[in-house]
Amino acid sequence: MTEANATFDIRRSGQAGLLDVHGDVTAGSEHVLMSAYDQLGDARAVVLNFNGLSYMNSGGIGLLVTLLVRAQRHSKPLMAYGLSDHYRQIFELTRLDEAIGIHDDEQAALRAAGAI
Amino acid sequence: MTEEANEQEAARDAANWAKSVSRLNVSQMPEGATGINVSGKRLASPIQGFGKMWQKTYQVRLPGDRIAPIDLVALWKQRFPDFWPAGNHFYGPLTGIAPGEVALIEGTLPGGLKLSTGVLVLYADEESFTLMTPEGHVFAGWITFSAAEQGEETVAQAQVLMRASDPIFEIGMMLGGHRQENSFWDETLRNLAAHFDVADAMVDTAVVCVDERRQWSRWTNVWHSSAIRSTLYLLSTPFRALARVFRRDRGTG
Repeated sequence: MTEANATFDIRRSGQAGLLDVHGDVTAGSEHVLMSAYDQLGDARAVVLNFNGLSYMNSGGIGLLVTLLVRAQRHSKPLMAYGLSDHYRQIFELTRLDEAIGIHDDEQAALRAAGAI
Repeated sequence: MTEEANEQEAARDAANWAKSVSRLNVSQMPEGATGINVSGKRLASPIQGFGKMWQKTYQVRLPGDRIAPIDLVALWKQRFPDFWPAGNHFYGPLTGIAPGEVALIEGTLPGGLKLSTGVLVLYADEESFTLMTPEGHVFAGWITFSAAEQGEETVAQAQVLMRASDPIFEIGMMLGGHRQENSFWDETLRNLAAHFDVADAMVDTAVVCVDERRQWSRWTNVWHSSAIRSTLYLLSTPFRALARVFRRDRGTG
């Protein structure tokens, strides 16, 4: 019910597609996030860069679950890096960390994705 | 954005989230609640569930001049149990819904089976709040309650993101559980609307299957099933009563 207040910039690194998250991730970000995911095309893994994340509510966490389902359907592992301690705790609390690989930096995420 | 700035921004919502817990803890047992199936349980997101994943959205429209979204959410948090359909009890904190609080639930499943479970208040701000389920609940996931202004109306919404927790609950959901859940939230939103003198409010329901696949590796979730454990608890009531009598006799003898 909320408006989108986030952007997801797209990059490629080898066979991995990266989404640079900026702004507030809420349920209202669904269209922009899914559109960005679609633009990653044939990337074999998806890496979310949360360094630019300002704010995320429970709707945003729900959106990540939906993204995870889409990625799993396409057999693409989903990775994340750049999470602050606060959001790392939220990933642990909601047990998203059991399905989304969390890494300290981009290099580690890309290595885990098999992109470098 | 620097790491320091990122941490400062994170503080914007830090108070809205429950503190990280590995297992739930019930600090006070309200009268009338059994409190089983909650203490010591881990939370379960849709990722940990068994059945198909569903997103269900229920909305009711209220005249904007009667209540603003922020006031509606404040009232909903404060009086959440009052809007539940009869026969189901939500034992929330007296102070209302707040992040990190654990609420106990005594509900009824199709067929009249009594069920004891609970939820954690995962997130709460001025515009929304989210309840997350523990292992053994009917479903693994969360429900977000929110309100927003749309034109001259205030739209109250309940949105569920869930998978049935285990194979037995999945069968139950297919055999009437989904219908019962839809009725439950439909009635809840109509009760909410009635509070603002909107009689016979229409509730819009949108159901989307987010993931058709079942997670067969999660069939072992049945070990935590609140339905099975609640039934066993009920059946063992006479034995617990006997045990209490023996303990009392030993104490006085």
